[in-house]
Amino acid sequence: MNLQTDYLGLKLEHPIVASASPLSRELDGIRRLEDAGAAAVVMPSVYQEEIEAEDAAYLALVEKGSWTQPEAAEGYFPEMTAFRVGGLQARLETLRRAAEACAMPIVASLNGSTPEGWTGFARDLEQAGAAAIEVNLYRVPTDPRESGAEVEQRWVETVKTVCAAVSIPVSVKLGPWLSSPSHHAMQLIGAGARGLVLFNRFYEPDIDLASLKPKPSLELSTPYEIRQALLWIAMLAGRVKASLVATSGVATADEVVKYLLAGADVVMTASSLLRHGPHHVAVLREGLEQWMDSRGFDDIGQLRGRLAAAYLHDREALVRAQYIHILTGYQSGR
Amino acid sequence: MADTTETMDGNTAVAHVAYRLNEVCAIFPITPSSPMAELADEWSSKGITNIFGTVPVVQEMQSEGGAAGALHGALQSGALATTFTASQGLLLMLPNMFKIAGELTPVVMHVAARSIATQALSIFGDHQDVMAVRSAGFAMLAAASVQEAHELALVAQAATLKSRVPFIHFMDGFRTSHEVNSLALLPDDAIRAMIDDDLVRAHRDRALSPAHPVVRGTAHNPDTFFQARETANPYYAATPGIVQDAMDKLATLCGRSYQLFRYDGHPEAERVIISMGSGAEVARETALWMTARGEKVGALQVLLYRPFSAEHFLAALPATVKSIAVLDRCKESGGMGEPLYQDVIATLVAAVGQGDRAAMPRVIGGRYGLSSKEFHPGMVKAVFEEIAKAKPKNGFTIGINDDVSGTSLDFDRDFDIEPEGTTRAVFYGLGADGTVGANKNSVKILAEAPGHYAQGYFVYDSHKSGAETISHLRFGTSPIRAPYLIRHADFVACHKFDFLRRLDVLGTAREGATFLLNAPQGPDKVWDALPRPIQKRILDRKLKFFVIDATKVAQELGLGPRVNTILQTCFFAISGVLPPDEAIDAIKHAIEKAYGRKGGSMVEKNFAAVDAAVAHLHEVTVPRELTGAEVPPLVPADAPEFVRKVTAMMMAGRGDEIPVSAMPIDGSFPPGTTAYEKRNIAAEVPRWDADLCIQCGQCSIVCPHSVIRAKYYPEEALAEAPAGFPSAEVNARGFPGSRFTLQIHVEDCTGCGICVENCPALSPTEPGHRAIDMVDKQTLIEKEKRNLAFFETLPLPDRSRVNFANVRGAQFLEPLFEFSGACAGCGETPYVKLISQLFGDRLQIANATGCSSIYGGNLPAHPWKIGASGRGPTWSNSLFEDNAEFGLGYRLAVDQLTAMARQLLAKVAPQVGEDLAKAILDARQVAESEFVAQRMRVMALAAKLEGRTDDDAVNLLTLADFLVRRSVWIVGGDGWAYDIGYGGLDHVLAQDRNVNVLVLDTEVYSNTGGQASKATPLGASAKFAAAGKRVPRKDLAMQAIAYGYVYVAQIAMGANAEQTLVALREAEAYPGPSLVLAYSHCIAHGFDLRQGMKQQALATASGYWPLFRYDPSLRNSGANPFRLDSTRPRVKLEDFAYNELRYSVLTQGDREAAAQMMRQAQAAVDERYRTYEDLAARDGSRFLPNWESA
Repeated sequence: MNLQTDYLGLKLEHPIVASASPLSRELDGIRRLEDAGAAAVVMPSVYQEEIEAEDAAYLALVEKGSWTQPEAAEGYFPEMTAFRVGGLQARLETLRRAAEACAMPIVASLNGSTPEGWTGFARDLEQAGAAAIEVNLYRVPTDPRESGAEVEQRWVETVKTVCAAVSIPVSVKLGPWLSSPSHHAMQLIGAGARGLVLFNRFYEPDIDLASLKPKPSLELSTPYEIRQALLWIAMLAGRVKASLVATSGVATADEVVKYLLAGADVVMTASSLLRHGPHHVAVLREGLEQWMDSRGFDDIGQLRGRLAAAYLHDREALVRAQYIHILTGYQSGR
Repeated sequence: MADTTETMDGNTAVAHVAYRLNEVCAIFPITPSSPMAELADEWSSKGITNIFGTVPVVQEMQSEGGAAGALHGALQSGALATTFTASQGLLLMLPNMFKIAGELTPVVMHVAARSIATQALSIFGDHQDVMAVRSAGFAMLAAASVQEAHELALVAQAATLKSRVPFIHFMDGFRTSHEVNSLALLPDDAIRAMIDDDLVRAHRDRALSPAHPVVRGTAHNPDTFFQARETANPYYAATPGIVQDAMDKLATLCGRSYQLFRYDGHPEAERVIISMGSGAEVARETALWMTARGEKVGALQVLLYRPFSAEHFLAALPATVKSIAVLDRCKESGGMGEPLYQDVIATLVAAVGQGDRAAMPRVIGGRYGLSSKEFHPGMVKAVFEEIAKAKPKNGFTIGINDDVSGTSLDFDRDFDIEPEGTTRAVFYGLGADGTVGANKNSVKILAEAPGHYAQGYFVYDSHKSGAETISHLRFGTSPIRAPYLIRHADFVACHKFDFLRRLDVLGTAREGATFLLNAPQGPDKVWDALPRPIQKRILDRKLKFFVIDATKVAQELGLGPRVNTILQTCFFAISGVLPPDEAIDAIKHAIEKAYGRKGGSMVEKNFAAVDAAVAHLHEVTVPRELTGAEVPPLVPADAPEFVRKVTAMMMAGRGDEIPVSAMPIDGSFPPGTTAYEKRNIAAEVPRWDADLCIQCGQCSIVCPHSVIRAKYYPEEALAEAPAGFPSAEVNARGFPGSRFTLQIHVEDCTGCGICVENCPALSPTEPGHRAIDMVDKQTLIEKEKRNLAFFETLPLPDRSRVNFANVRGAQFLEPLFEFSGACAGCGETPYVKLISQLFGDRLQIANATGCSSIYGGNLPAHPWKIGASGRGPTWSNSLFEDNAEFGLGYRLAVDQLTAMARQLLAKVAPQVGEDLAKAILDARQVAESEFVAQRMRVMALAAKLEGRTDDDAVNLLTLADFLVRRSVWIVGGDGWAYDIGYGGLDHVLAQDRNVNVLVLDTEVYSNTGGQASKATPLGASAKFAAAGKRVPRKDLAMQAIAYGYVYVAQIAMGANAEQTLVALREAEAYPGPSLVLAYSHCIAHGFDLRQGMKQQALATASGYWPLFRYDPSLRNSGANPFRLDSTRPRVKLEDFAYNELRYSVLTQGDREAAAQMMRQAQAAVDERYRTYEDLAARDGSRFLPNWESA
């Protein structure tokens, strides 16, 4: 059975990729994912702001109390320059070692905060051995004076900048809250993106009524959440010259099959691997193979995009009709 | 061979050579020598090899005595070995030094010479330590500068191998060990060429070996010891020649020549000063300056002091000399003079007697520079003038005003001999703003320019929080030979506006100098904000004046308090010492070097700071009028005379002006003087919300600086209260009509915020608001000062009505330890304060050297205070190593004198009243009310004895206070208790005496900068365990429990403050020895100390620091004396540990090794907890038999 797929120009054995999670943070986890059969791994995002904050905090602690007292003029910690590879260096080191140790592609994810950060960090990641860079446009626009168009234009510029800085393929992971996702997708591809990852899940804190403080509430995704990506992958499949990557909501092989039917080239999952462990990659792959076998497919190309809206005549009609169908089909209390 | 020019301090210069020449370094940290050992350890951990191609091993020992033993053993086993030490450390090595010398063992010990503790400890430099060991049989080679220290370290090693005589190679502590100066670095080839491999092999051949066994270290009888002692004479006789040969060989390799005695000055000098160490460089430069102006003077520098070569000395001393002053940097009370003086006299007398010299010149001796006291050319000139007099003072002092014995010489404070072309700059900064670090960089930048030389020296104050620093920088086109502070600065920078109100920061500015001020006001308004004396200085000295609001720029750039890069850039921009572009490139290069690896992203921020600096710098057009306010006195007019005349002088940075007559003769100082400091170092202070407060006392008990005070008082007392004085109804039963107030001493607060984090009273309506919040101090300082003045008039709560057993009660006990200079957020001081609250009026403390002796006893001011009752803790520090023994000595004396008092009381009972005598003798003294009653009885006794003249009555009156049970506490850190003082502590615990030991366990040597101790936990990084400690910490508690009759408790205030209170009170009440181990978070743990108490709670919750009490008195009732007061581990060790840099830093290097260590540490914690749990679950009968009742 041929499950091979193309992802940003990289040939993958099959379409199931481990997306960023604590499992892919360290070399040990990455190797476990490869051993479990992941086609590729995305490492957790390198957040420029986080790196800067971490460096600043580290320095503040190391230097605290130094140059203050005659008996401890050099501070309270051994000269650790030789030992510390924290901050960006630590992440690059893990990437370097993972790229050396693994046959599968290792994808680096990047979230910059300044143009210099985007380009500088992207080059560092490329040099450390990343097979591709996923531009993580995770930034909640909080300034009410900035229009959606301005925000999108900034993202387009960012993608251009990163693509110009590196020679490895670049994909973009974007959020769903856009007036015209397809249009923005085209813009990003025009800016040089070789692939789109749909969609980013944003951190939406809850409120703790006891402490009256915002409460982090990031939960693992559920199959219900595949709908949004499913819709937009179906809308884009066949219309863009870029890899389409589905992420969020994969629990079983069913979701993998659905995403592929909608037109995804690659399906990513983190939640299911965190729930069940890295070996779940093999379970998903087996499930996919069994489904294909049961329907008589022997090549993934036969099912990819089979239900994509591109195959239909009127996309809007499809969506509208389904909406009306849902509304009329829903009866309160049933 | 070509030199490389570098800039480094004396410690680095010496360690560079010593590391390359040795195989084993056995050390123990002691200021100011510690950096030498730390560098050696750092190089060793990086795998840097010595000239023999091996990586030296650096072994930290438990004391200098231990280091000397290990050194002796390593030498006897054939290694080239060394040690680095100073002061008391050198004295602890003395017994081994005699052995090493007696066995003719080649070794060089590198010493940063320092004062010896006498009437007081001092970490600063002089020659008391090296002079105290001069009889050990070591050769002594004295360096006067960083360059000399670098090269004489090599000369010493070459000479010791050849002569077999061991060497002390010393430089002046701080003045040379910490001075950064341009240095021609010896290439490794030159170092290699100085060492004769045959001599190294000969040393190895003499080592103990079963292949050619010897018996060494024998015991002699009267028949042979003397003769054997004389066998070494030829070796000592040959040593001066060997040293000179080594110096000559070095000259052929590096071009710089040395002599055993160096003479500079007029070839026919009539007046000569003889000295050694850095003072000799001052004498030389001054003599040369005077000679150039026609005076027949000279300076003779002693390099090889032992063996003292009369031949070389006489050859160096001009025959024309008529009058000599010998300067000693030490004091030998009761002697005919100090050691060098006596050597010179003896040498000259012998020479004249033997006809080798025609006439005896007049020789006087003098003392200078004790404890880094300044020694500058004005003082040298004064000595030359003195020896020109017909009757000069012998035994003079220079540098002080001795108005008691009249020994001191006057000197010209403005005398200046520094060459044209030397630029001098002085920077006043805060420790926290990074001024010193930036200035060290500036020295490097300036010295790297071809043909340029630079020097930096840094002066710190003695506070651990809010400390001030003064940097002295010189640079020019000729080598800087000026080992003294700058007194005529071309440039003065003040990095903190508040200093202007307290310090004469422009006192050193020469006429026409430039003044750079970090001020918030801007160029148009800053003038009026300046204090009038500063304005006057600016006008009188015609200063150019620049301002920048560096604090604001730093905040905008996310640099926090670090204004260093900004002000460093301003310095280069204004001073013009380098072309602007070149300077900026150099600063950026230095930033990259400093931050590139440690925190790459900080490079960009600091680059931005460099770019922003010049844009925000403004020259101020100086008006002609004095518009500023006068500066009020530092201390109020009603302060005690000593505080006004002595303490305030020190606070103002004018301690050098205090005359001998103003100082206590025996080292006794009045307590409670920190109350006059009002350091105002916090930007934010706590504000109390009376309505929200639940009066629990949690903020007060954790406050490290005793700035949160609680009182309850009758409502009527509020009649005189200032408007807005906050109070609340007492919320406990039994206090009708009483009010409660929590008062913050805002001017004494360090702003650590630990109180706020510990406050449990959260507002139900305002998110994040607690009963105390941190707010901008300026918004409430005036109001709080008024409130405080009134608060202090409110009556203190009656101690006998206070419940000592809980935190709520303890807040009402007056702290007799307040406003210390400890770090903001210190984890030790809350315990120290608590024992002062619980037992203060009968408390006698023996305090080991360490953080607690520095914040507890370092001048200018003292936190231990007298309480409202007129009584209070009495405190003393003996040494680092002997504290337990010192405290036991207290107890022995107290017990003895108590027994005498009881005996006398029984004797005079018929006269004073049998009932009273019986009541006193039979009194139970455990509860506070019992102490109150006993004290009243003793007062009644004293009243009856008053006026009586018979011996018994008079003696009893002097001893009556012993009838109230005294509380003897032995306090110190883990470095003392686990390492250097462990033997003594063990012995003291083994005695059946009522002493209480409080170990402030920070798990690291905090005071000397974070070296590992045996309390350092597995998996934590510390100096000498940089890659993480590989074995678990010593379980001192279990060792003490093993005695069976020692009360032992392990406490952590942040985990359970009530248990802390119970344990301290039980320990105090237990009539035998007690040991309390108090978990103390510390700046050396590497986390925000505001979270200190929460970290303590995690330490306990993880099972790392279980709370328990072992109370031997429970054995009498058959109960299990071991009570585990904390629950089973609830969180993983890493959830506690990785909040701290000391653990987490290892995860940023070799992560697998770090993970492995953490697994081992977790296993060790689990195992230890199981042991405690087993102990707690045992049947009471399964403890040591209670033999007392057998």
